[in-house]
Amino acid sequence: MNLNATIIGQSIAFFVFVWFCMKYVWPPITSILEERQTKIAEGLEAADRAQRDLNLAQNKAAEELREAKQQGAQLIEQANKRANQIVDEAKDKAREEGQRLIAGAQAEIEMELQRAKEDLRAQVAAIAVAGAEKILERTIDQAANEELMKKLASEL
Amino acid sequence: MGFWAINVDSMLISVLLGIIFIAVFRFGIKGATSGKPGGFQNFLEVIVEFVQTNVKNSFYAKNDLIGPLALTIFCWIFMMNAMDLVPVDWIPWLAQTIAGDPHLYFKAVPTTDLNITLGFAISVFFLIIFYSIKIKGLGGFLGEFAFHPFGKWAMPLNLILELPGFLAKPVSLALRLYGNFFAGEVIFLVIALVGYWQLPLHFGWAVFHILVVTLQAYLFMMLTIVYLNQAHTTH
Repeated sequence: MNLNATIIGQSIAFFVFVWFCMKYVWPPITSILEERQTKIAEGLEAADRAQRDLNLAQNKAAEELREAKQQGAQLIEQANKRANQIVDEAKDKAREEGQRLIAGAQAEIEMELQRAKEDLRAQVAAIAVAGAEKILERTIDQAANEELMKKLASEL
Repeated sequence: MGFWAINVDSMLISVLLGIIFIAVFRFGIKGATSGKPGGFQNFLEVIVEFVQTNVKNSFYAKNDLIGPLALTIFCWIFMMNAMDLVPVDWIPWLAQTIAGDPHLYFKAVPTTDLNITLGFAISVFFLIIFYSIKIKGLGGFLGEFAFHPFGKWAMPLNLILELPGFLAKPVSLALRLYGNFFAGEVIFLVIALVGYWQLPLHFGWAVFHILVVTLQAYLFMMLTIVYLNQAHTTH
């Protein structure tokens, strides 16, 4: 194996190719790799942030749901109370009205009774007078007996 | 042939492979994006990232040359080594056919030529010296040989201890690569002589050599990085 100028030729070729590589190959590829690394880092960070936001939003939604449920329960309770109140009021009113009606009816009945008694009394007086006339077979002086008749009638 | 002769076969294949290396990377990253990489871009990125990781792990100073240098060494030597996986007589036959000379000698694997591996090693050696002087100054660089490890009064002893180690760097780089592939190619040639049994033998040896091809390219690259890292740091 002879050592010869191939060594020099190879050395020159070597430096030329290294220079080419340094100028045209290495920088674009490494810059692309770096760019991608930053992109991936950014993407991961964004994903983390989104996850945090999502958790926050979920918590908030749960909170609001709970509040709404509470409010709904409160409203229903209030409505029930109000309904009971209204029913009670209506019952009271109805009872009052009934009582009033009963009282009216009783008063009317009383009045009718009174009137019937009055009529009866008058008729009994008349019958008594007519009976007495028949018994006595003479006309009793109306005026003289008026006092007596009235007394009789009130005793009936 | 005297010293000024050039081994045209090795040089031709070597430069051809270098051009292929540059061209493949140059056109492979044309239209490359930092978004989702396509198949070929992905392949190139894997290689570059592999080299970049090794450089980052073994080279602590800041030097923009080391990355491209390591990538060139790895890919170029890998391709030169990989030439030995081409059946041993195809490329010589092609060369003989083109030249019209049936006795033409043609070496298809450049790393089996000591001149080529020495060319690499001497270039790296030159870079080591260049950066040592650039970083530490000429005095600092020479002082490393003269004043270590025993102080300045033992200068001759220091020189005897340190200089061979320094000079051995390019020699070991060159001879390791050359030896591996020269021997490997000799085995391929011997296997090619055994007749029909060569097919399974070739297969086995080639499978083994896939490992050697990659390993030797990787070793050359790593040692270059380590040597240059030493050149950038003062002990």
